[in-house]
This record gives sequence, structure tokens and C-alpha cells, in this order.
Amino acid sequence: MTLRLIINGQAQEIALPDSRLTLLDLLRDHLQLTGAKKGCDRGQCGACTVLVNGRRVTGCLTLAATLEGAEVLTIEGLSSGADLHPMQQAFLDHDALQCGFCTPGQIMSAVALMAEGETGADPDRVREALSGNLCRCGAHPGIVAAVCSVLGEQG
Amino acid sequence: MKPFDYHRPETLQAALELLTDPGATAYGGGTNLLDMMKCGAALPGTLVDVTALPGLQGVSRAADGRLRLGAALRNSDLARDPLILAEAPLLSEAVLSGASGQIRNMATTAGNLLQAPRCPHYALPESPCARRDDRTGCAARDHAGRDHAVLGWDDSCRAVHPSDLCVGLAALGATVEIATLAGRSEQPLAALHPLPSAGRALEPGALITAVLIPAASLGLRARYVKVRERTSFAFALVSAAAGLEIADGRITRAGLALGGVAATPWRRAEAEAALIGAAPGPETFARAAALLLQGASPSGENGFKIALAERVAIRALSEAVTPRAGQAAWPGSVFDAPKEDTPDVA
Repeated sequence: MTLRLIINGQAQEIALPDSRLTLLDLLRDHLQLTGAKKGCDRGQCGACTVLVNGRRVTGCLTLAATLEGAEVLTIEGLSSGADLHPMQQAFLDHDALQCGFCTPGQIMSAVALMAEGETGADPDRVREALSGNLCRCGAHPGIVAAVCSVLGEQG
Repeated sequence: MKPFDYHRPETLQAALELLTDPGATAYGGGTNLLDMMKCGAALPGTLVDVTALPGLQGVSRAADGRLRLGAALRNSDLARDPLILAEAPLLSEAVLSGASGQIRNMATTAGNLLQAPRCPHYALPESPCARRDDRTGCAARDHAGRDHAVLGWDDSCRAVHPSDLCVGLAALGATVEIATLAGRSEQPLAALHPLPSAGRALEPGALITAVLIPAASLGLRARYVKVRERTSFAFALVSAAAGLEIADGRITRAGLALGGVAATPWRRAEAEAALIGAAPGPETFARAAALLLQGASPSGENGFKIALAERVAIRALSEAVTPRAGQAAWPGSVFDAPKEDTPDVA
């Protein structure tokens, strides 16, 4: 089976080796896009969060075979050249990470919140909306501050 | 994971033909089924992806006035749908109180209805489990914890149905539209979630195509209240959905269902009947809640659920009295909790 999809703006044609392949394993093992991380592999930690057709999903619970014609955006496709996405810059400015393992998923989830437009810069709502992204270092206060700063500017 | 064939048919006929294979399973968002396949609790030989099928999408108005929720409608689209927010915001509340933003973007209506129990023994093929495999008994019988059922359970299974959405659908009296190669039929939601004593729900080869909400639904004076061990991304310890129609100070119609307490969203005709004709208020609600919990018994270290469920039912009924429409729902049990205390039922 040949899968045609767009990843980070580039059209890709992939000979799918096995129907069991998840989007996460496709990205990490076949396309060397290792930004999305494999934490739990069960949809609970959010470390593998990427955008599919503009919506955040967990790559570990998405079968690659379901993505014919889809547009996938990963952390690698977020910046334009050396210019960081505002959400990436905000994570740096607010020191919103320690080990960094969950960070790509946190940022992709937060970028999706900008489009969902339901939280505003309300920290309670941001915490609720980001509950699918766990940080074992406990950097959540910095994460919420970073996300709120971007959503606040978005208005 | 066991190898499988993957199909994404574009007509209902093609999907139903694929589903006649006994090893075939319908596949929606995969948030539960793929997880169960990874741990070996589900072993389908063929996945029939239903997300491209026409007629399984979106929220629409059926010819008879009922709201029709497509089987492949994603949870987040259900929660944000203008028709749902205008006529049944209870369902939006229920959906948004479950899972995470990522999971809700993937999970579908029918997948929610058919999701596996979260009893840990179900997801552990090494554990005996009658729900997963008819022959093997029940590991939870000797190791039941806080999460299991207090109503309708028996020694074959004490798992609860984990859905939030289904509790809201039960309170609104929803029915399920099912297609087979022989044609379409409808059945009550409850028929999909039989108690352990009653056997299997969906016949082989059948596909859920939609969920239907009665016209003039109870959705406006309605509320979903969920109690869980953390404020987000957790299954209900206990939840309740209540819907009321009130005219001239009396309750004229009522729907009341509990989650987290049984293998099905728990309703009882006597509890709803006790509400009809009565004035809404603490005494009426306490009487209905007591009837709803009648016969409850702990199946493990979960006796606390009985009093908790009674109180959550009373709270849902009390909050349902104030009508709401068109309001963008947000996980209500966390942010909109009223300041006054729920009346004590002890």
C-alpha cells in the first residue's frame, strides 16, 4: 500500500510496510522526525502530539494507514527557518521545561489551542485543555504561563 | 500487535460486506480499539475504517425532527456543534468532561458507545476475564478495587461502562440506528450495554450508523455532573445526567442516569416516575435518587460509591432546574460548580 500525505509542507509518497504502523513510528523510525516522543504509547501522556489537518492528535493511537491525503505538522515543521514559532519562543522565555521530553508534545498541543480558541488566557482553562500532556518534571506552572502569554497576545 | 488487513470503504454496502467476516471489526478513531490491540485484548483480523462512509458524519436534523449524531462524528465536533449547544448542551458537557483534547479530536460517537471496560483485568490477556473471553472467569472477583460496579453486577463481571457521553444520552432517551446487510433498525441505547447477566449486544456484522435524540428533548433543563479522582482526564468515580421538563411548577417529564456504577448507564423507571407530577426540590430529588440506588451493593472496596452516587444524582437534578441553551459548554464539574452545598441524603 502506498500512502500519499503531506508532512511539514512536503508531499510524501510512502510505501507502507505494515498496516500496524502508527503515525508516531512512521515519523520516528522511517522519516527520522524524532521530535514527537514515545512516552506511554497508549494516548495518555501526549508526548507524541502532532497536528493532523490542523487538529492535535496522539501519533501513537493514529494508524498511518488512515492518513491518506492528510496534512501532518510536527514540531520540526513549526519554525520558519531560524525564526521560532511564538509558542516555541514563549517556552524558552518562561523556562517551561526541564528535561524537555514532553516539550514537543506540549508545544504542538498549545499551538492547537491557539486555533481552538476556547481557553483565552485563563490559566484554569489552559490547564484543563492541556491535561492530555503530562510533564513528569513538574514544569506545568512554566508551561501554563508560556501558553497564557501567547494566547493573551492573540486576544 | 497481531497483523490485520486495513480497509477504508466508501459505501455502507462495502463496509457491511467486509464486516460479515467474523474477524472484522469496525474502526473509528482507534483511541480505544488500537490501545486494546496493542495490549492483546482485541485481536481483529480486519479493520473496517468507517470514517469515510457517507451518512455517518456530522449532526443533522432527521425528517421526524430528531437530532441525528453520526456514528463517525468526532467527539470534539459533537461538543462544539451549534445544534447540540442549542438543544442538548448536556451532551457537550458530558463529552468535554472526558478524555483529553487530543483524544476527543480522534474518538467517534459509536466508538464511545462500544468502548471496552477499563477494568484492569480486561486489558491484561494473562488475567481471566469473561467479558474479553467467555471461557475464562473473572480476575476482578478476588481483586475488585474502588472502580467497580455497585449496581447490576454479578460474579461474571463487575466492570462499569466508562463513558460520559452515554450517561447523557441515556438521560435524554437516545436510540441507536444500526445497519446490517438485511437493512436498518433502531434499538434503545440500553440494549447496547447489557448487564453481565444478559449476554452480547450488537449482532455480528452489524454497524452503528447514528445515535438519535428525541425531538423536544429534555436537553435544555439538563445537567451532567462528574466526580473523579483528579480534575481532568480521568474516568468518573460516579457521574449523573439529569434532564427535566417543568410546567406550572411541576415536573412533567424526567430523565435520570448514573455513570460509573454499572455495566450500563444506570436508569430506573421508578426513579423517573417518582419525579413526574412532583414539584422540583430537595425532597423530590432525594426520593428519586434513593429509588435509583435501590438494591445497590459494593462489589469490592467501593461501598462509598452508593452514597456518592445518590448525592451526585441529587446535585444533577438540582442544577438541571435552571434552563440553559446556546451556551458554549466547558467541563462543568470543574469550573461551574455552584457555591451552595448539595443536600445531605444520610
